[in-house]
Amino acid sequence: MNVVVCLKQVPGITEVKIDPETNTLIREGIKNIVNPFDTYALEEGVRIKERYGGKVTTVTMGPPQAEEVLREAISLGADEAILFSDSAFAGADTLATAYTLATAINKIQEYDLIICGRQTVDGDTGQVGPELAEMLGIPFVAYVSKVEEIESDHMRIQRMVEDGHEAIETLLPAVITVVKEINVPRLPSLRGLAKAKSAAIPTWTAIELGVDENTVGLPGSATKVIKVFFPQRVHRGEILQGELGSQVESLLDNLREIKVI
Amino acid sequence: MGIQIDLDKCTGCGNCLPYCPFDLIEIVDEKAHIKDGCTLCGACQEACDYEAILIEVVAETAVISDTHYGIWVFAEQRNGQLKNVGYELLSKGRELANTLKTELCAVCFGYNINGVEQLTAYGADKVYLIDDPTLDNQQEDLYTGQLVKLIQEYRPEIVIAGATSFGRSFIPRVAAILKTGLTADCTGLEIDTERRLLLQTRPTFGGNVMATIICQTRRPQMSTVRPRVFKKNTPDKTRMGQIIKVDFNKEGITSRTKLINFIEDLTERVKLEDADIIVSGGRGLGKAENFQLLGELAAVMGAALGSSRPPVDDGWIPYSHQVGQTGKTVCPKLYVACGISGAVQHLAGMQTSDIIVAINDDPKAPIFEVATYGIVGDLFKVVPMLTEKLKNE
Repeated sequence: MNVVVCLKQVPGITEVKIDPETNTLIREGIKNIVNPFDTYALEEGVRIKERYGGKVTTVTMGPPQAEEVLREAISLGADEAILFSDSAFAGADTLATAYTLATAINKIQEYDLIICGRQTVDGDTGQVGPELAEMLGIPFVAYVSKVEEIESDHMRIQRMVEDGHEAIETLLPAVITVVKEINVPRLPSLRGLAKAKSAAIPTWTAIELGVDENTVGLPGSATKVIKVFFPQRVHRGEILQGELGSQVESLLDNLREIKVI
Repeated sequence: MGIQIDLDKCTGCGNCLPYCPFDLIEIVDEKAHIKDGCTLCGACQEACDYEAILIEVVAETAVISDTHYGIWVFAEQRNGQLKNVGYELLSKGRELANTLKTELCAVCFGYNINGVEQLTAYGADKVYLIDDPTLDNQQEDLYTGQLVKLIQEYRPEIVIAGATSFGRSFIPRVAAILKTGLTADCTGLEIDTERRLLLQTRPTFGGNVMATIICQTRRPQMSTVRPRVFKKNTPDKTRMGQIIKVDFNKEGITSRTKLINFIEDLTERVKLEDADIIVSGGRGLGKAENFQLLGELAAVMGAALGSSRPPVDDGWIPYSHQVGQTGKTVCPKLYVACGISGAVQHLAGMQTSDIIVAINDDPKAPIFEVATYGIVGDLFKVVPMLTEKLKNE
């Protein structure tokens, strides 16, 4: 089983606060991290390799510093890593990103399974996985919560839907996106850390990928962000006063008055 | 191509710095400098008082075909039952179609679907219906292939679908085949009438930032919208519409995935998305067993049980109860948040509820900012009191 895991480097801003004075993000102490959902994708890839043999190749598209997440991936058990980086890739939407990844993964050739996180915490779209599958012309299953059994040309998995789980059989090669319920990622090993330090990580640019610059980055994107703004929070808060018992009474009175209970 | 600073105009004031969602602007030698990784989102450009930031975009040369016509809503069903999200999108779609002076069509695939005429009552002028036993359970390969064929044949200018787990899984594949743009989880859809463009607004960075997105030259313009984001209109049973039965065109479409079985999550007695009242618990509950307390309150109120992310992460309650950015979006008449601090990701999923009650012992918890009524106090005292008083009514 040769597994390719797609990672993304994102700002670690899930607990970010807005500065009420300037209405901007407070970013002190914010570091770039591996997209949290991708850590489950990596762990599952490594577990599959440990169970069935083969190797795990991690890839990311991003600026030169995105190499950091690939080194981290090697410390966590990935065998190889490739960075897709070129200023021509900047400003890519999900379509252009998936196209770049698909072109690069086609160049890797040897793959049986591609794993992505369910979505990133910065873009939050969850679209690159399914778009990538379609561009590679292979099956796709989203929100996978368990890999049950892998045979030579197919595998049995479980995926999460709104009201439960579905057991699904899919042909291989395939693309899956995983949810955090699938595993508990390991910590880096000492050997892994040493390996990560010395690993050679090749960078593939637009030239190496042989892509036309009009098909990647901003020119290759179908969508364009035209405005970015901070959401207005509705402030309506009335903090009830008095003893707890009377607060509970007055809450119920209020709710009865407006007939929600 | 890309972003440039006009060094003659830039004063090095630094006003643009906090506006970059990626923190990529620095001041070097009293001039703004953009580091690698810029996505050309344009947030800094608007913040600059000196017009010193230039974002050069290759002129869109492709001509938009004016043969694209109509707004389509993909109306999802499960086990023959149409989902509410389809009605919500038709209600919004009606508004957009009126602005664009175009037709609104619903597209519905499945087998023995109940109440298809409801789709016209909610605003569809036409319903393209494919009723076929092979479309019984939602086989994504079949749905993807068939929807692509229909879009290629009828050429709608806009396609909107529900951001359910099914929609979020197969709609991107449709967009990839059509090589067009898709905007996920939109919370606002408007029309720029001058350019006939769909203005798609969505939360990003976990709900911290809103972005408005367009798809300028490719068609159709595609969006997904979560359930309960738009309100559904009152259905008008007298509305006339055309139901067009289309044969399932199996040519070149095969399913490479197979549904073996479905394991229903039985803990969810009242469905979150359909509930009028939701009682929801957070980290403040302390442990799994304490959801029992909320369960009792929910039972006397006839409410569904919700959760913020931490209890789901810790395995106290199944994921199907999670409300928020990576869970469900809900919009009940009453949302009771117990021991929930109110992280922005949670607020993103519930802040449009009609009435929000917050019970938390931390007066500084952000949940109180969106709460209609707040009780600062111990939920282990307040919740049983509420349950008791309601029980005695």
